[in-house]
Amino acid sequence: MLDNLDLEVVRASLPFLWTGLLFSLKLTLVAMTGGIVFGTLLALARLSPFAVLRNSAAAYVNILRSIPLLMVILWFFLVIPLISGKPVGAENSALITFTLFEAAFYGEIMRAGIQSVPRGQVDAARALGLGYAQSMRDVVLPQAFRNMLPVLLTQTIILFQDTSLVYAIGATDLLKAAEISGKNYNRPVEMYLLVALIYFAICFTLSRLVRRLQARVAIPR
Amino acid sequence: MISIRGVSKWYGPTRVLDDCSTEVAKGEVVVVCGPSGSGKSTLIKCVNGLEPVQRGEVVVDGVSVTAAGTDLNRLRARVGMVFQHFELFPHLSITDNLTLGQTRVLGRSRDEAITRGLAMLDRVGLAAHRDKFPAQLSGGQQQRVAIARALAMDPVCMLFDEPTSALDPEMISEVLDVMVKLAEEGMTMMCVTHEMGFARRVAHRVIFMDHGRIVEDCTKESFFGTPRSERAQQFLAKILRH
Amino acid sequence: MNYHWNWGIFAQQVQAGEETYFDWLLSGLGWTVACSLSAWVIALALGTAIGVLRTTRSRTLSGAGAAWVELFRNIPLLVQMFLWFFVVPELLPRELSLWIKQDMPAKEFVTATLCLGLFTSARIAEQVRAGIQSLPRGQRDAALALGLSSAQAYRHVLLPRALRVIMAPLTSEFMNTFKNSSVAYAIGLLELTFRARQMQEDSEQGIETYIAVTLLYFLCAFIANRVMALIEARTRIPGSIG
Repeated sequence: MLDNLDLEVVRASLPFLWTGLLFSLKLTLVAMTGGIVFGTLLALARLSPFAVLRNSAAAYVNILRSIPLLMVILWFFLVIPLISGKPVGAENSALITFTLFEAAFYGEIMRAGIQSVPRGQVDAARALGLGYAQSMRDVVLPQAFRNMLPVLLTQTIILFQDTSLVYAIGATDLLKAAEISGKNYNRPVEMYLLVALIYFAICFTLSRLVRRLQARVAIPR
Repeated sequence: MISIRGVSKWYGPTRVLDDCSTEVAKGEVVVVCGPSGSGKSTLIKCVNGLEPVQRGEVVVDGVSVTAAGTDLNRLRARVGMVFQHFELFPHLSITDNLTLGQTRVLGRSRDEAITRGLAMLDRVGLAAHRDKFPAQLSGGQQQRVAIARALAMDPVCMLFDEPTSALDPEMISEVLDVMVKLAEEGMTMMCVTHEMGFARRVAHRVIFMDHGRIVEDCTKESFFGTPRSERAQQFLAKILRH
Repeated sequence: MNYHWNWGIFAQQVQAGEETYFDWLLSGLGWTVACSLSAWVIALALGTAIGVLRTTRSRTLSGAGAAWVELFRNIPLLVQMFLWFFVVPELLPRELSLWIKQDMPAKEFVTATLCLGLFTSARIAEQVRAGIQSLPRGQRDAALALGLSSAQAYRHVLLPRALRVIMAPLTSEFMNTFKNSSVAYAIGLLELTFRARQMQEDSEQGIETYIAVTLLYFLCAFIANRVMALIEARTRIPGSIG
């Protein structure tokens, strides 16, 4: 029962949990940055007039979105060493996997963002003589990005939670660190409760902040 | 300056422009009017290639808009356009709206672009608002900034696509005043508008469109005197009653 | 890439036992479908109820609904699995706790289904709430003005409309449930992902294994999507868009 929780174990395990949390955060930030950049390219491809580009981007996005992330993690962990010819380690495998996987999700958000910019804005940019790349960079993408900022951040919170799945390939993230500590001290209950509390505190705070941001970032028209 | 020769355009099976031809000479002001859905906005967007055409030819200042291989961006930089919904860029300040095209397309330095942009902003009477954002201005002010943005590119002619129809009535005249001044200074203008007062005052010619066709194309005197087609008569009667 | 392909692997027997690898995958698929469908039923029932709670005027009820949603939405699913499996039994009275740990039939299945059901219910609740709030206010007023009780208004007017509005997000949530069920491997449910890892280690034919499992997940997602589309088409209101 809850009254015989061992708080000493919790204290002793904190430094190790901290290193785990740092990896979770690193994975989140890398996958977010890489995912938004690659995702934006995917979005532009999906909206391009060239059927080959459009269809391959759509296939990429739809395939990744219909398989469980866990299977994607296992796939990359199996295939990356086969292609590169050498083992890359669970951590690196996770960084690659999450960047490529999240791009499919960020890409769909950016696509919606680009489509939310009124057609007249593109016309106005083109009427000034701006080319495709210029009108995207200077007019459409900044607006799309700002319109979608809250959604992009919400996706990042989901991404942060999803990083716990690297447990499957043995990368030491927050959850794995908690599990290892739990085994070392033979107190799994304390460790699982603690880790749930940490995830909750971080995600709840972030989602509150996103909600407050939501009202502020919308570009007034 | 602008010549449109035998232009037709389809959206799928629907024909939106049907063999349209007309000319706008240098320094001439031409008003295009007609009921909604008559194709007048589409026609004006064909002039700077925002709408591609399937048949016919459009030539602006000696450059074919419709020919393959034309550098449309260079051409558009010389043709000013003003939109129904202003289309200022909401994420950029007024100054940045004025300079974007100048620096990115014309390759002017930022200082040069600001000087030129502010001169145009002053011309439309809004110099005091240079550091604001579009959403902080009224509709009429936004449309005047949009005109200044187009003028800052030193265009050889200006296209107006219903510039006053999204405005509250009390703001229409401030925009029309700017347009009248522009016309009197000799700017070549093609304006899609229902403002018949404006047409009476400064237009040289009036084009009336219906169902994608140019039904009337005549001097304003003969248009307001006795339009030949029945459709134009009905349209005028409806519009002038208000 | 140096890889020895062997597509015949599925017909071969596993290292220690009479079954073939095909049998493993088939039974894995069975557990995946059973867990996902049962979780979906729990999620739909609870999610609708909590979504409704969140739209009531009572602050206690809507606050309780909000707490539910925040709790299940802000902890990773995998962590929730471990909580239900390792922690919750410890918090129960001693006898019950012992029974769960030693005698409860299909312990992994029950735990995983409950966990996935509650997790998904929070997401459905949010959609139901958004669906109800997207309806024009007049609908509730009109129902109450007819003399319907608040419960009747939800039952006969608001929910039937809201659920139709949110069919698209519900469809993707249904597909998500199948994908999310893969996390149950971590507490030892012998579903598809568990079998995939098991077969990969046992047969050392990882790529064939993962291709087969991935295709089975595709099949689940596809069927889930078609079923929802069928329901959507059946319940469509004549004259509505889409």
